[in-house]
Amino acid sequence: MDLPFKFVMLWTDVVLWVMLLGLGLYVRQVRRDAALRATWRRVFVTPSAMASAVLLGLMLLITLVDSVHFRRALPDVAGGAQAFDTRTESVLDLGLSKLISSRENSYSQPLATHGFSKQAVPPSPGVKPMLDEHGVPVLPARAYPRLSHGGAGLEDPERDWAGDIAVRFVFGGMAGVVVSFLLWTLMCRRAKPSLAGVLQPVAWRSAWITASVLALLIGWGVTLSWGQGYHVFGTDRTGNDVLYMTIKSIRTAFVIGSLATIATLPFALAFGIAAGYFKGWVDDVIQYVYTVLSSVPNILLIAACVLMVQVFLDKHPELFETGLERADLKIFLLCLILGLTGWAGLCRLLRAETLKLRELEYVQAATAFGVSHWRIMLRHILPNVMHLVLITTVLEFSGLILYEAVLSYVGVGVDPSMNSFGGMINQARVEMSRDPIVWWSFLAAFVFMVAIVLSANLFADAVRDAFDPRARVYRPRARAVAQPT
Amino acid sequence: MLAYILRRLGYGLVILIGVNLITFLLFFTVNTPDDMARLNIGGKRVTPDQIEKWKVERGYDKPMLFNEQAQGAEKLTQTVFWERSVSLFVFDFGRADNASGGDIGHQIAQRMGVSLRLTVPIFVMGLLASVIFSLWLVMFRGTRVDFWGVVACVVMMSISSLFYIIVGQYVFSRVAKLAPISGYAGGLDAVRFLILPVCLMLVASLAGQARFFRTLFLEEAGKDYVRTARAKGLTESTVMGRHVLRNAMLPIITSSGSALPGLFMGGLLTESFFGIPGLGSYTIDAIASQDFAIVRAMVFLGSVLYIVSNILIDVAYTVADPRVRMQ
Repeated sequence: MDLPFKFVMLWTDVVLWVMLLGLGLYVRQVRRDAALRATWRRVFVTPSAMASAVLLGLMLLITLVDSVHFRRALPDVAGGAQAFDTRTESVLDLGLSKLISSRENSYSQPLATHGFSKQAVPPSPGVKPMLDEHGVPVLPARAYPRLSHGGAGLEDPERDWAGDIAVRFVFGGMAGVVVSFLLWTLMCRRAKPSLAGVLQPVAWRSAWITASVLALLIGWGVTLSWGQGYHVFGTDRTGNDVLYMTIKSIRTAFVIGSLATIATLPFALAFGIAAGYFKGWVDDVIQYVYTVLSSVPNILLIAACVLMVQVFLDKHPELFETGLERADLKIFLLCLILGLTGWAGLCRLLRAETLKLRELEYVQAATAFGVSHWRIMLRHILPNVMHLVLITTVLEFSGLILYEAVLSYVGVGVDPSMNSFGGMINQARVEMSRDPIVWWSFLAAFVFMVAIVLSANLFADAVRDAFDPRARVYRPRARAVAQPT
Repeated sequence: MLAYILRRLGYGLVILIGVNLITFLLFFTVNTPDDMARLNIGGKRVTPDQIEKWKVERGYDKPMLFNEQAQGAEKLTQTVFWERSVSLFVFDFGRADNASGGDIGHQIAQRMGVSLRLTVPIFVMGLLASVIFSLWLVMFRGTRVDFWGVVACVVMMSISSLFYIIVGQYVFSRVAKLAPISGYAGGLDAVRFLILPVCLMLVASLAGQARFFRTLFLEEAGKDYVRTARAKGLTESTVMGRHVLRNAMLPIITSSGSALPGLFMGGLLTESFFGIPGLGSYTIDAIASQDFAIVRAMVFLGSVLYIVSNILIDVAYTVADPRVRMQ
């Protein structure tokens, strides 16, 4: 078998796909269980949660497409073994290959045709250098260099630029409207009018509006950079397309947000339930461990662990073959560290809940029947604390994405070679102090990060409202006030 | 009460021993003194003699946990663990690993004052602002003011504090030139340098705190005694300020009490962005230069503060709520 490429399974890829599988199983479970279905319906009748779900869904899709990695085969050397490219690419890179290949020399503004800072214009070949009256060569003129890719198709950028942008803008808008219309017809088919009177309808309209806005934005993004197009978000110091960096950062944010939360679960679940169920010395030991852990300043503990990991990676170069694999192993270990240092909060919560549950009649009954401890914890206690786990997981997600930026700033975050919002902001700090300022990569990171974190927050709020019976009490009865009686 | 506090302090000591063990394991098993020496001497060629000299200078040449050659009690004291970990308990932090080898305890004492000048105003004003703002939201509960207030909070919470700092520094220092971009000076001059970081961190922390407090106040505002208070004809502001606030005090104490260690440790981000020579920037520099002696000292200091502030929280409980008894 001679494939022109070979698949590379990165650590985070494996975990992400396993997580997707777990999500699928959970969805199946929800569809079967009427009570769970009703609770989730409460989430999706909230318009803000539905809109967030659409955005997060799109981001998840990008993450997954970015999580299939491969290395291209190099042309055969006679007699040698099949060699592979030293670069590991993802399927997303194939789709964005245009953005990768259109590299400029340095900074350029969004949609620009010329570079951002002036450069010396090299004299054309064959022309003698100009000499001034003393016979000294005149310094070459300095001008904004023409970009090699941004708006390369324009004959006279001054004249044609606005027209070209307008045409692309209109086409992008049209594509967006068409997609939006298609989605609308799809939605009309999907919504079952018979149920509308019985149950509160799922907020399809808000989903459609969000999807339409996204389709419009994607449409513009695609048409503006299509063919001999532009750098929609400009380029960075080494001429890389900022849009590409931002899209790649989505995966990093998702990996940190989801993996680090998942990594806390084994400790928090096992220790929390055990402490609450067995009480006595088990409880004492577990409480001691998590008090010790939480008394160390979190960022210092993480920093210490990450520095150790750095040393470990430097000592074991055999664990990875390419730079991307190294960066991936590092982010994987970072997530494990975040999990190892961050389980105390959830553990405390689960311990308190288990202490309450174990005194309830059904647990007492199970004990009376001689059901083993293990089975009681698994069958009777675990399912009844799952809502806490779910709420915490969703709430942590956005916090961790924000935390990643801080960690990268401190220098203990993801590998610098990996695209991440933290890295972009870090870079932006230098760029914002330039004169004139380079604002676009900062803005791009800002917009994407706020979009992801905001929708994660809104979605988490809806999940908490639906799953936490206590949270519903807090809710002011806004409807009742607004409606005249 | 005294007995309770003493018992808590005793437990704190046990916790500190655990913290010490963890940090010792973390720092010395993976990263041997040889590695540290190589890192700190720097350069491509490091001879074994140099490493040996560095280790002797810093006292890392002794055995880790148990010294066979020493006599009596010195079997335990003449070790890296004793000198570098146990001595922390009397706040003897030793010298830094870096080239200057400065005394860590002296540095910490000097920088802590600077950090406190930055963090205490943020803490006090932030607490006041979020309590007032959230009480105000609760007064308008169920109306548009409340709705849009919460929306604003959620949006502001979703913005990384790095953005606030970078944008604030750009707008107020570079464009409007209202405050110096970075730096620090002693005495009254410090106000000029501190005002911008304090204001920015206030804005950055307000939203999350206010939203949390709002849920606390809302829970209280729905209770019967509040209705009774209103029925007596008290004004809404009296009801909020005297009844609701007082009863929602415990969770507020917990959440703000757990921020106390942070006050001494300084603002990691603000200090390094604004060039303020406090403990936060000290820590960041130590991490960047992999100076483990400083990081260990800061870990220890942080845990001590955590334990002390937890005891303070418990004491504050009894003050805020006479129903709470300590035993």
